Amino acid sequence: MSNSINIENVVKKYGEVTIIPNLSVNIENGEFFTLLGPSGCGKTTLLRMIAGFNSIEGGQIKFDNNVINNISAHKRNIGMVFQNYAIFPHLSVRQNVEYGLKIRKISKIEIKEKVDDILEVVKIRDYQDRLPEKLSGGQQQRVALARAIVIHPSVLLMDEPLSNLDAKLRIEMRSAIRDIQKQVGITTVYVTHDQEEALAISDRIAVMNEGTIQQIGAPEEIYSRPYNIFVSTFIGHSNLFYGTVGKDSNGKYIAFKDGYKTYMKNLTEDCIEDMKVIVSIRPEEFSLNEEGLKATIKNRTFLGKYINYVLELSEAMTIKAQASIEYSQDLGQTNHIYKIGESLTLKPNALKINIFTEGGEKSLIKDVNKDE
Amino acid sequence: MNRKKHFEFDFWKIVTIVIVIIFALFLAYPLFKLFASGFRNPDTQAFTMENFAKFFSKKYYLRTLGHSFMVTTCTTFLAVAIGAPLAYLTTVYKVKFKGFVDVLVIISMLSPPFIGAYSWIILGGRSGIITKFFKGVFNIETPSIYGFGGILLVLTLKLYPFIYLYTKGALKKIDASLSEAAESLGCNAFRKVTTVILPLIAPTILAGSLLVFMNALADFGTPMLIGEGYTVMPVLIYSEFISEMGGKANFAAALAVILVIITGVMFLGQKYVVNKKSFTMSSLRPIQVKKLYGMKNVLLHLSIYFIVFLSILPQITVVYTSFKATKGSIFIEGFSLESYKSVFENLRNPIINTYKFGLISIIIIIFMAMFIAYITTRRKSWLTNIIDSMTMFPYIIPGSVLGITLLLAFNDQPMLLSGTAMIIIIAFVVRRLPYTLRSSAAILYQISPSMEEAAISLGDSPVKTFFKVTAIMMMPGVLSGAILSWITIINELSASVILYTGKTRTMSVAIYTEVIRASYGTAAALASILTLTTIISLLIFFKLSGKKEVSL
Repeated sequence: MSNSINIENVVKKYGEVTIIPNLSVNIENGEFFTLLGPSGCGKTTLLRMIAGFNSIEGGQIKFDNNVINNISAHKRNIGMVFQNYAIFPHLSVRQNVEYGLKIRKISKIEIKEKVDDILEVVKIRDYQDRLPEKLSGGQQQRVALARAIVIHPSVLLMDEPLSNLDAKLRIEMRSAIRDIQKQVGITTVYVTHDQEEALAISDRIAVMNEGTIQQIGAPEEIYSRPYNIFVSTFIGHSNLFYGTVGKDSNGKYIAFKDGYKTYMKNLTEDCIEDMKVIVSIRPEEFSLNEEGLKATIKNRTFLGKYINYVLELSEAMTIKAQASIEYSQDLGQTNHIYKIGESLTLKPNALKINIFTEGGEKSLIKDVNKDE
Repeated sequence: MNRKKHFEFDFWKIVTIVIVIIFALFLAYPLFKLFASGFRNPDTQAFTMENFAKFFSKKYYLRTLGHSFMVTTCTTFLAVAIGAPLAYLTTVYKVKFKGFVDVLVIISMLSPPFIGAYSWIILGGRSGIITKFFKGVFNIETPSIYGFGGILLVLTLKLYPFIYLYTKGALKKIDASLSEAAESLGCNAFRKVTTVILPLIAPTILAGSLLVFMNALADFGTPMLIGEGYTVMPVLIYSEFISEMGGKANFAAALAVILVIITGVMFLGQKYVVNKKSFTMSSLRPIQVKKLYGMKNVLLHLSIYFIVFLSILPQITVVYTSFKATKGSIFIEGFSLESYKSVFENLRNPIINTYKFGLISIIIIIFMAMFIAYITTRRKSWLTNIIDSMTMFPYIIPGSVLGITLLLAFNDQPMLLSGTAMIIIIAFVVRRLPYTLRSSAAILYQISPSMEEAAISLGDSPVKTFFKVTAIMMMPGVLSGAILSWITIINELSASVILYTGKTRTMSVAIYTEVIRASYGTAAALASILTLTTIISLLIFFKLSGKKEVSL
């Protein structure tokens, strides 16, 4: 019942402005696929092209092997959940869910069965006769989801569905959505700008920026082995340092500006001696050590499980255009809490850190692909 | 400090009491007089039901009521049939000169309806331009413009803009995602309109229909001029009242009571239905405008322009004929400024009166509206609740009825006001206050009370705060409402035609009497001046409100 989506070289233009220059991606049947990126990156535009609300100026979108470019939205058999839910305010919860089924000319008995089932699945049975106005944000969300799923669409499209909910409800709903999606087994394209949400909910994520895909991969893949600087800094925090590739009898190493060297075994062949690179280190990839990078504590934030320190290093070492250099100290492993102004030495974990080309456009770690 | 606080408490109390007194004196008391007079025998002044018995026993009167219902129902139906689709098409599709179309529609709505009637007589009357053209060229008799058909034509063209503007406003509040949600569920365009869009705008259309119904029912000028034998209630009330002057207005009063009861029931019924059926919508992303191509696009433009042309035709006719040369009461070949000359020689007073009464009324309206809006939103009490419900009254009292009630109430010492300018100003204020009041209250709801609290916390007294902070912040809303009040004041006919004397004649009344006297040239010149004033006021309104929209 559900199908794969093949997007081949699609182009989106508004007049002279190109939003998406050339984008290809294959979304597999039954997959929970997320489009993640900052606002204005073209993720919603792409979703609406799949839905049929935006025209396609070039390339093709296929459901399985059928090109759908010229099929109008109401014939594509999609289920869509909108950012503001778009629940019909003049219809009760039940009537909202029935709406799509009635169009499909299904017998009354069957409609009733299907609606009863889905109301059960999304847990809104008790509210079925209420008008949407009387529902909370989370309940409206469930109605929107039920209405989209009950028609057994070929694909389920969700446009930032959780952005109007409060933090607690957002976490609750995202696991609800995930569970329901797995239960129904429907190909889902999910748009969000919230990286934490994307990591938690997706089978695979496509990180987008300025209309192009930066990387496609499983959440852990994208987090631990980002393909370029954009991905590494957009998802989670990354500290960026200048580095130079060197080689001696122990193998290849990266030298920081202060002379500290870290030996790396997983660099690609492209990585040659004297090459200038960018070293990307996540706050949790540092450990306290005798040797390493020298830093002073500039500020600290206590976050329960760990403490986040903002560090000060010698200016020449780090890339200018970044908000802060951070180190998270796991409180389960230590008792010493540093004070502001104290100095410490931090060793980067060579197995975890990432190395990028000088321009930041490409990873120099083995087996890191743009699209696995 | 303490004393100041005391004074403030008194200030709003005093304002509340003064407004209650004004309403009691100029609204409640006259209405009471009207009802009382309807239930009295003209000769003995004893309590009786015979005025009503007379109405319900004579075929002629019942037929008039029937006529009124026929006209209002058909007008409302046609206005919805034209206004709602027009609003939908101009919202959903790209239409060239859309802004201009809207402005023309608003102009045609805001000019007095009897200008429409009178222009259509010039165009399609016995010796009208169109009539003569068809007769001369094709030897075809065009259908008569007089009677039911004419009233229907004029009122529909005058009143469909209400539905148009209301519907447009409602469509703007529908988020595009609702329409897309329907499509994503497999809904085609037609079904989308019937199952989603229409139900969503239905309450608004209903509210607009009521407005059209009330206006059509209360309209006096149109049926008077173009109706000929086809008498409707306001015309009947007027003629009964005029012919029975001298204390025997009881039957006319009874008729007015019947009319007020009908409008009151309609008003309450509509309020009940709309309250039950309405839902709040907020649109983040309004419906996208689409462009049509080919034949469909041509047809779209043709039909929109045709309707707008028809509705603005009376204004064009009026302005055109005002420059025609005349001989006695008929237009002859050639152009001249004769009509304008005659207006400035003989009819200077009505022009001055219109501006003078209008300005005085509007100043009173602005102050009352601001005070009432403030006390009913920020100083709620049982008294302000009474004021709030009394402000609804003008909606249900037709102009001619208001005229009669004021005359009945203020025809004796010590409150002898009939024949004075004051009684006309009272009528203006009572009838047109709601426009300014509505927009004042609306903007006050948007101003956070914390603004005032901030000023008070800095040491300003609440009364000073009102004038220095709140009133100033309210100004844009107040003024945009005031201009609508102003436009409808200078075009007011149905109350002033009952209240006027030779000295207190206004432009609308003068146009009406000139038309009745068949001095079409001077009537056209006066009407052109009135239309020009209306258009200039509208332009100021658009400038002030920053958008080309009118909400009534």
